[in-house]
Amino acid sequence: MLAILLTDSAGQFFSSGHTNNWAVLVCTSRFWFNYRHVANTLSVYRSVKRLGIPDSHIVLMLADDMACNHRNPKPATVFSHKNMELNVYGDDVEVDYRGYEVTVENFLRVLTGRLPPSTPRSKRLLSDDRSNILIYLTGHGGNGFLKFQDSEEISNVELADAFEQMWQKRRYNELLFIIDTCQGASMYERFYSPNLMALASSQVGEDSLSHQPDLAIGVHLMDRYTFYLLEFLEDIHPASKTNMNDLFKVCPKSQCVSTPGHRTDLFLRDPGSVLITDFFGSVRKIEITMETINLTDPIKQMEENSGNDVQTENNTYVDQLPVSEIIHQKPKQRDWHPPDGFILGLWTLILLVFFKTYGVKHLKHVF
Amino acid sequence: MWIGFSLLMPDCFSLSFLKDLHWCGVCMSVAPPHPHTNTDSFQEELVVRPLHSGDIYASFQFRTVWEADFSRGNKVSHYQLFPKSLGQVISKFSVRELHISFTQGYWRTMQWGQPFLPSPPGAELWVWFQDSVTDVDGTWKELTNVLSGIFCASLNFIDSTNTVQPSAAFKPLGVGNVTDHRFLRYATLPREIVCTENLTPWKKLLPCGSKAGLAVLLKSEKLFHSSFHSQAVHIRPICQDQRCKSTSLELRQTLNAVFDLHTSGQAKREWSLFKMFSRTLTEACPLASSSKIYIDITDNSQGEQFELSPASSLLSQAVVLGDRRTFSVYDLTDQATFGSTRSLNLLIRDMLRPLLHAERYVAGYGLQTGEIHTVMYNHHPYRSFPVLLLDSVPWYLRLYIHTLTVTSKGKENKPSYIHYQPSKDRLRPHLLEMLVQLPPNSATEVTVEFERALLKWTEYTPDPNHGFYVGSSVISSLVPSTVATNTSITQEQPLFSSFFPCKEELSYFVRVYTEPLLVNLPTPDFSMPYNVICLTCTVVAVGYGSLYNLLTRSFQIEEPSPGLAKRIANVIRRMRGVPPL
Repeated sequence: MLAILLTDSAGQFFSSGHTNNWAVLVCTSRFWFNYRHVANTLSVYRSVKRLGIPDSHIVLMLADDMACNHRNPKPATVFSHKNMELNVYGDDVEVDYRGYEVTVENFLRVLTGRLPPSTPRSKRLLSDDRSNILIYLTGHGGNGFLKFQDSEEISNVELADAFEQMWQKRRYNELLFIIDTCQGASMYERFYSPNLMALASSQVGEDSLSHQPDLAIGVHLMDRYTFYLLEFLEDIHPASKTNMNDLFKVCPKSQCVSTPGHRTDLFLRDPGSVLITDFFGSVRKIEITMETINLTDPIKQMEENSGNDVQTENNTYVDQLPVSEIIHQKPKQRDWHPPDGFILGLWTLILLVFFKTYGVKHLKHVF
Repeated sequence: MWIGFSLLMPDCFSLSFLKDLHWCGVCMSVAPPHPHTNTDSFQEELVVRPLHSGDIYASFQFRTVWEADFSRGNKVSHYQLFPKSLGQVISKFSVRELHISFTQGYWRTMQWGQPFLPSPPGAELWVWFQDSVTDVDGTWKELTNVLSGIFCASLNFIDSTNTVQPSAAFKPLGVGNVTDHRFLRYATLPREIVCTENLTPWKKLLPCGSKAGLAVLLKSEKLFHSSFHSQAVHIRPICQDQRCKSTSLELRQTLNAVFDLHTSGQAKREWSLFKMFSRTLTEACPLASSSKIYIDITDNSQGEQFELSPASSLLSQAVVLGDRRTFSVYDLTDQATFGSTRSLNLLIRDMLRPLLHAERYVAGYGLQTGEIHTVMYNHHPYRSFPVLLLDSVPWYLRLYIHTLTVTSKGKENKPSYIHYQPSKDRLRPHLLEMLVQLPPNSATEVTVEFERALLKWTEYTPDPNHGFYVGSSVISSLVPSTVATNTSITQEQPLFSSFFPCKEELSYFVRVYTEPLLVNLPTPDFSMPYNVICLTCTVVAVGYGSLYNLLTRSFQIEEPSPGLAKRIANVIRRMRGVPPL
């Protein structure tokens, strides 16, 4: 979606300083009873896509598959509201990391950009120093750590160091970190890089609670904080001017039972001047011009030398099961390798023992 | 017994004139082929076949044929109907043939017959590279990573521990004379889950996307609520014409789905496109040269029990899987097809019993040893035929090949060809290929014992108590058929009958996949490190700590502090200069 601004408000035009938006959305829990964590992540994914960030700029990591899980009574759907009102999975979803690929190592590699060379583009966070990044984590956590798939964990120190690496490598302009786990505020205690704003669903010592179960599906569908966050985001459209102070008020203690927290001391701008769409949407600013631009001449295709390419022999399809050929197939020539250490050592030992026992004079009888 | 099937299409007579104009507009905007650019064509078809058990089988095939030649390293930069992402993959990795499939569910051969295009549960990928590739393993690893990004699947888990190089199975399905098996790689991921995130990029590869034509029917909510769902991409070189002087590149995207009578059909044997897909068709893809729907009406030869709606005068006969079947054809490019709605009723009678089918299971007890049994059934009354069995077993099930037995009808059946490559721990899986002759009307059982290995504790998945999967066995065979098959492949044949090339008229090639196996490996208790640390620290703290304190603590006598009255009295006595109490 585009926001067209007049040229005389150029100051406001460039106030945010970012030119592109990225989102990294991670669900770290496995197993069917953690359905709500996948629903949390998918509802943020849905909002972010609706407000304009394309799939190529979203890295979505889901640790387990709930939509096509055999226990799901309605396959290919993930609901966020009971009575199956809203399907956050939708028909157009691209999951970049799924199943066993969601590990602490892969998450940190995505953030810092240190991926193996053969990683496809859709799995990379190709942000630059003018990118605003939204990072959303959900799952089971504790005081100072977040559990990944019930087998490993990431600590708040590691996360803070990863963000510092991103800052040193100029991989972000501003970063918004949202976490919805138990004792989530402990995860942002250790941040020390500039331009970070963090929100958490509960303070240290508190548990984040889930919202409501659906009796047909049999599990809790969403966590409270993300449920009210989704309701808040459903009212946002690409041209809305809501700012971060409204986001801090989402889910007060009366609705959430836990106390959501936030941290803005590392952020350079005043949170009241930061728009929600600076992080959740991809508002492209365009400038209308009346000048004409001359395009270069089209590149001419090279003449194909078709004379050499005509194959004179007839091609045929290969026999799918050539029984006689298979039976008479020669075994593959195995390369000869010199005998390895164990065999050599064994033979040396045998020879040594023999000559020690019987003496060297027998050598001429053997050879 | 009446079984209903209705083909619902909206009434579009009033809009037909406008539609003609719209199509002419599209034709005009597509430029005539430039002599220097490559020409490609696109065909789509849907085959609907009612099955014996009341379920219904729908098979979509989308074919793009492109007269491009990648074999000599020609750089292509102009893509029209052929998707650019796949074209770049083929040229960069020098791929001759690529076959990838994603399947959810297991195909029940005895209840449903043979599928048009078989596929094993999970993901399967097999690739033939060009002979110009020097490092096949490195190229294979890069190719799997790139494909995992294109299809949103975890194909990057394909590495040397689950890749094999078959020596006799999986011959190329395209034209060409090279059959050096050093350029073939085969891997399968039985655990791979298939969901909307795999269907979305697959749909985006089609020229019309999911906006027009038959792909409009592909909605995930209905497709994944089925007994079997399989989507595949097959790329291979084919002959351009009968004489086969030059080749063109064919891309086939296929989607097979079987809808269950009770879950999708509400236990009523009346099927319609709306009931199966929750969508109806309004137009063919404007970029398609042919767009057809085939309904299998073989079991209604007399015509009196049929109520085909809308009735089609086009009938076509095709020999598919050794059986001559009659189809009622609806040509979507013809405007007259879209008429008012009518309903179609079919009667299902006995279909041809499949001649070859197989099953596989694990026998034994405990977590140390076990046995894998593969049973292959030959239902032909008097003919025997050879089958090629390909088994790829992961390294953590150590097979004892000296216990391999093949028995048919109680007697030992010696295979005429065995190729066995043993596994290397953490490097390579077992590969077993055998050519076995199946006697008529018999069940052949292949048994091999194995022992389970203990993995290192970092090698376990986050949910190890679920078990570990062993990929399906592949059984390829030339099954004798009663009806002569057409050996020449022409462009006019329906797509579903022209996938596997056949050289002989009296047999057809079929590939059957068995079930994947789920075996439990001995799993350690992962909470033990935490328990050990707690216990050790407690013992150290209580035992050693107390001893240390006893040895190094020094004791001092200390007067108990006096009460309040005494303290005040001491203060007064100090002021007086008298010694305290």
